[in-house]
Amino acid sequence: MLFNFANVLIFLLVACGFVLVSLTLGHFLRPKVPFPEKLSTYECGELPTENAWVNFNMRFYLLALLFIIFDVEIAFMFPVGAVFKKWIAAGAGLWALSEIAIFVFILLLGLVYAWTKGDLEWIKKVDSDDKNIGTEIMPRSSHV
Amino acid sequence: MLTLKNQLPASVITTKVDDLLNWGRASSLWYMLFGLACCGIEMMQTGGPRADLDRFGSVPRASPRQSDLMIVAGTLTYKMALRTKVLYDQMPEPKYVLSMGSCANCGGLFQPAYSVVKGVDKIIPVDVYVPGCPPRPEALTEGLLKIQEKMRREKFLVRKDSLVA
Repeated sequence: MLFNFANVLIFLLVACGFVLVSLTLGHFLRPKVPFPEKLSTYECGELPTENAWVNFNMRFYLLALLFIIFDVEIAFMFPVGAVFKKWIAAGAGLWALSEIAIFVFILLLGLVYAWTKGDLEWIKKVDSDDKNIGTEIMPRSSHV
Repeated sequence: MLTLKNQLPASVITTKVDDLLNWGRASSLWYMLFGLACCGIEMMQTGGPRADLDRFGSVPRASPRQSDLMIVAGTLTYKMALRTKVLYDQMPEPKYVLSMGSCANCGGLFQPAYSVVKGVDKIIPVDVYVPGCPPRPEALTEGLLKIQEKMRREKFLVRKDSLVA
């Protein structure tokens, strides 16, 4: 038993040693000619125009959250659908149906919540009224 | 940065290590896919099973970061010239360029056209020119072998001046 672990240890040492030796050797042997054009981002030959780290609209974040509601729903309903006939044969069809109905109902609450908040509308009105805080596109400070 | 490139005196050890490095580099000459026109089709054939460029250790890469050789296969237009220069710049040293076909060599059939560069060597340094319109896969293989010959003669560790003495 212990000898098997010695094998693992040898493999580990050889692997680490190989990486270390080849990287160190390459460091000394390879030519290094860095210049700005070479270090620039590879864009299939195009010159990169701006930084890739840009801000995304917050609405995409909401959309992703909404997607997860339906995604989880589908992901959990497929296995239930696959075994549903067996459950009916076992006499527990109503039980399985009510369970999945409760599950869908819970997720539906999330959808209703998003709906009432107006997050299903892509085009939103920018309203300066204070009552519409949840439906604004811009943060409060930017359009004072 | 500490590097051994062209730093050492010529001795048996350094020249043998140079030979080993050249052997390694020449035996894994990865080329960047840069098919610009009909020569690109012949380049694909060269990489395919019949001509089989792989047997020389040469495999196609999609990115200049992993490539040693740029096979310019086809008509280079002025619009593409800037991109060609950028891609060449983004390749790591040591890098080589093979100009494939008449269009890449001198503009070829389309030389009188207003939009065509009169040879890739106007933009980037070229190591081997392969004539033909388009060259057959055998011709491109020959060009690759010529580049390998050139690579085997290079010195990486040995100082340049120590060879003359």
